Amino acid sequence: MKFPLTMAAIALAALMPPADAAALQESGDPLASARWAEMARTFLAGAPVLFDPRVKVIAPSTAENPLQVPVTVDATALPKVQEVVVFADFNPIVQVLRFFPEGSDAYLGFRVKLQQSTPVRAAVRTADGVWHVGGTWVTTVGGGCTAPSAAAASREWQQRLNEVSGRQWPEGPNAGRVRLRIVHPMDTGLVAGTPAFFLEEIAVADAAGQRLMRVQTFEPVAENPVFTLHRGATAGPVEASGRDNNGNTFRARIAP
Amino acid sequence: MKRWIGPALSLFAGLANAAGFDYALRAQPVAPDVYAFIGRSEDFTPANGGNIVNTGFIVAPGGVIVIDSGPSRRYGEQMRAAIAAVTPQPPVLVINTHHHPDHFLGNQAFADLPAGALAATRQGIAAEGNSYAENLFRLTGDWMKGTDVLAPTRTLVGGTSEIAGRRLRLLALAGHSGADLALYDEASGVLFAGDLVFNGRAPTTPHADLAHWLAALDRLEAITREPGFMQLVPGHGAVAGDASALRQTRAWLVWLQQSLHDAAAAGLDMNEVLARPLPPEFADLPVAASEYRRSVGHLFPAAEQAVLQ
Repeated sequence: MKFPLTMAAIALAALMPPADAAALQESGDPLASARWAEMARTFLAGAPVLFDPRVKVIAPSTAENPLQVPVTVDATALPKVQEVVVFADFNPIVQVLRFFPEGSDAYLGFRVKLQQSTPVRAAVRTADGVWHVGGTWVTTVGGGCTAPSAAAASREWQQRLNEVSGRQWPEGPNAGRVRLRIVHPMDTGLVAGTPAFFLEEIAVADAAGQRLMRVQTFEPVAENPVFTLHRGATAGPVEASGRDNNGNTFRARIAP
Repeated sequence: MKRWIGPALSLFAGLANAAGFDYALRAQPVAPDVYAFIGRSEDFTPANGGNIVNTGFIVAPGGVIVIDSGPSRRYGEQMRAAIAAVTPQPPVLVINTHHHPDHFLGNQAFADLPAGALAATRQGIAAEGNSYAENLFRLTGDWMKGTDVLAPTRTLVGGTSEIAGRRLRLLALAGHSGADLALYDEASGVLFAGDLVFNGRAPTTPHADLAHWLAALDRLEAITREPGFMQLVPGHGAVAGDASALRQTRAWLVWLQQSLHDAAAAGLDMNEVLARPLPPEFADLPVAASEYRRSVGHLFPAAEQAVLQ
């Protein structure tokens, strides 16, 4: 099915490779999800929307472990990315995270918990106010949001809560990459007797205090979250800081 | 008219077998008094009913020692019937090599005899058995009908002991799971390696500790060098008269361990690790691509943690 494009989209398409331009569409969800209309109302209300192949959402088509489904969002082909919101249409808690790539590339790798097979999408807002949407279907046996965290079975994490480990790759094929892991149960609150307990806010800044990225995280982010980001051309140590919904904070330095 | 009755009857018999969920188990002689049932080199499917596992038995002077009981009650029942077709000796003991469901869910068919396993295997089955059984219901469907978890009741420990009049060397190992029991039957020279050894199929790793597993393979390989050694029955895949299957398992695990470490050290994200191609030496190994994907999920988080400071 082909959908007519507005003038703005036609102008945009003229600047893109023909294959990408042909895939642009302003209506008609390419993932054919029954919940798309609701998703669009919830997250993108009132703003122009474009399904855009330049928003790459990478995830396994079949996820073996619904508690740790790897997702990579790469919107580096888009100019002036302001904000990226990631959501999964059929998850009981739909919103996964939002990130603001202030001084870094519009790129983030992380892992999510999925309750059932669902589209996983990223909506990317550029400076002109347009939401560019990409996504992929992930098939999974499910149960990821209502299964207890590993932390629920062991008290060991309490001593290590919000402990950060991280590393930078200043050289080589992944130059500019930063990876960090934070010890946190990321309990969804959907398991009887275990209240929601999750990281809400993570910021990564350079040595001068200039923020590289801000991430708002929600319950579906997997336990002991691991993030992969690209800081760009800058060098030196970075500082990761943040807090969870109970007000526990962390601050850690990741050496170059 | 009459000549059509024969073919018509055999057609009905075929349908009855399909509806009757026949695993077509045939005991394969491995050595005098030692037999194995060899499963397919596949993933669990509704077509194979979970018959992707090897089980076996030893006809000992005091009765039959059953080694693993398969993925379902039906499998256990059909296994027991297939054993009875080979020997009039009654089964006297079931041994579960480890706590994975394809190795113990046939225990119901042997509910009248004791079932033994390592202590951690008993705990694992008690704790996780029901969720494993649910998963096999999901993967194989009605083959599982009537299957319930019957956990082993007797704790086995490592060492040589006389079981039903036969000297068995029990090796309490680990690495494929938290507790892996291998058995060496000294009279026949047959080594039942359990899932520490896969032959012609990529190993599964949901509870693997690769360092422990590699150490266990060294212990098993030492047995294959003993003068009396004749045959190795792996947990999955064909029986081998030498250490080739063991070395194949080791080669996969060593590659997997190194590859995941290298990927983590290079800063790769899990999706990038999943996208890596298999090396040519494993390209034709059955279920290698699917087991690699699963193993990344099971093992990469620890590899990644090891390189993050």
